[in-house]
Amino acid sequence: MNKKIARKADTWILDGNRAAAQGAKLSRVQVIAAYPITPQSPVTERLSEFVEKRELDAQYIAVESEHSALAVCTSASMVGARTFTATSSHGLAYMHEMLHWAAGARLPVVLACVNRAIGAPWNVLNDQQDSVSQRDTGWIQVYARNNQEILDSIIQAYRIAESIYVPVMVCYDGYVLSHTEMPVDVPSQEAVDRFLPRYKPHTILDPANPKNYNLVTLANPRINAEGVLCHGYMELRYLLQEALQNSRETIVKVGQEFGELFGRSYASMFWEDRLDDADVVIVAMGSLAMEAIVAADMLREGGHKVGVLGLRVFRPFPKAELARALEKSRLVVIFDKNISYGLEGATCSEIKSALYGSPARAVIRDFIVGLGGRDVKAREMADAVKRSLLSVNEGDLNREYAEWICAI
Amino acid sequence: MQDYYEVRWHGRGGQGAITAAKILAQAAYLEGYHGVTAAPSFGAERRGAPVSASTRIARQTIRIVSQVETPNVVVVLDYTLLRYDEVTSGLVKGGWLVVNSRRHPKELDLGGEFNIATADATEVCSSLGLIVAGVTVVNTAILGAFIRATEAVSMASIEKAIRERFSDSKVDINLAAIAQTYKITKLGKVV
Repeated sequence: MNKKIARKADTWILDGNRAAAQGAKLSRVQVIAAYPITPQSPVTERLSEFVEKRELDAQYIAVESEHSALAVCTSASMVGARTFTATSSHGLAYMHEMLHWAAGARLPVVLACVNRAIGAPWNVLNDQQDSVSQRDTGWIQVYARNNQEILDSIIQAYRIAESIYVPVMVCYDGYVLSHTEMPVDVPSQEAVDRFLPRYKPHTILDPANPKNYNLVTLANPRINAEGVLCHGYMELRYLLQEALQNSRETIVKVGQEFGELFGRSYASMFWEDRLDDADVVIVAMGSLAMEAIVAADMLREGGHKVGVLGLRVFRPFPKAELARALEKSRLVVIFDKNISYGLEGATCSEIKSALYGSPARAVIRDFIVGLGGRDVKAREMADAVKRSLLSVNEGDLNREYAEWICAI
Repeated sequence: MQDYYEVRWHGRGGQGAITAAKILAQAAYLEGYHGVTAAPSFGAERRGAPVSASTRIARQTIRIVSQVETPNVVVVLDYTLLRYDEVTSGLVKGGWLVVNSRRHPKELDLGGEFNIATADATEVCSSLGLIVAGVTVVNTAILGAFIRATEAVSMASIEKAIRERFSDSKVDINLAAIAQTYKITKLGKVV
């Protein structure tokens, strides 16, 4: 492989939605079905333009709802096409049933979720409640910190999905990334073609060779009409869980290969910033993991040894790797742009579960921030860390519930 | 020329404040600033209603994604917006307030610890015929006042960005508006 050519890239100033559309175009998607919703709409507009101008050889299928959009993608995937859709908030919620269906049917669909709050009350701004609420549907979830990672993650998503037959959701913050322009290296089509060959489906629904997929499946394994012992429902569920458990290896390998070819490595489930000497670690997901680096800079100026762990892959959750990365820290401060009502932020729960039984002994603090587009500033994150340190030093250890950074 | 700028734009929906924020980011990138971001104020926008946008310019990659709190430069496309406190809110001591106004900086009488630049971009644009759907489009013209006051980017980089963004037929009129506004900009340094 000629790496020189592959590294050749143009830098464009792109907002997150255009980066996502470029990522889908460079992945040579064949069927796109999406329904416009704020703040995702420009993704659909751009892709329909690409198809209209014949810059992209794909079918753009206009649908009346998000439920249908994902139904089209799953059906098209079943007949052997590489498919793409994008949505936000209520749109993703409306897809809920089909999210289960795509994962259950083991179809390599890729979806861009432009993270937005969910009503009531109405709100079009950013938080991560929409995608976090879909964490148990069997999809791999990747979160981008900036627009470069949006484009890169969509291209990688197809390699991952088509290797292990699990759908991938690439999530990025609405407005904060979707509507903010920044420099993005756009690789050449030739380079992307080398990284991502054409989709070769393992099964194709074909009228010439009729088959029946995903028919009523009983609880127990049973022998079919041809005398073959087939899995019961529970065995199929086991295989989906096994695929997600084992997907870490594929995700890291694909990320490493991407790095070798394009000079930007994704060979880890999370981003590490100055963890080596840190005794306090900030954890955040999405663009907040970028702002957290600025907060860490401020805290380091004040003499605190602070590092940042940016969660990149939320499902599968990298339990063992995280426990190792947090082993030396005495305080972990988590910022969640979501809330599992009645408990705490979702990433906080996951991290606590990852640390159980490991040698890590950190005190854990969780802050709920940025819901419905509330601005989260680096100085606010730094203050939250300082407050936590102070109370921990006074012997106030784990708290039952998360703290909120809001006016109440 | 500084290593880091935070610019906040204030205009009314339809005046092109967001486009101006983006053109400046593009020009700064072409100028050699590695980190640039341009963002609208988040949420719904309506024609005529006050809108804002921001541009960050830095030598290194920009990691900050929260909204601009303490801008070095505030650009106002419609001087009637000066009546709102949030327009000059946070503007740093010694920073620049760039206003589309026929008045001299001293006459604005804002009493802040920041420098003021004024230029009648509306007059420049209406005499050039830079009018779209009945609205005088001052967003590119005001870039002339911006670079005259701040010297943050060169005219050559602004010109390159304009040529990349606009169709050929629109390039000359926009460049003329920028050049003329640059020339008539009045500077009022108070710090």
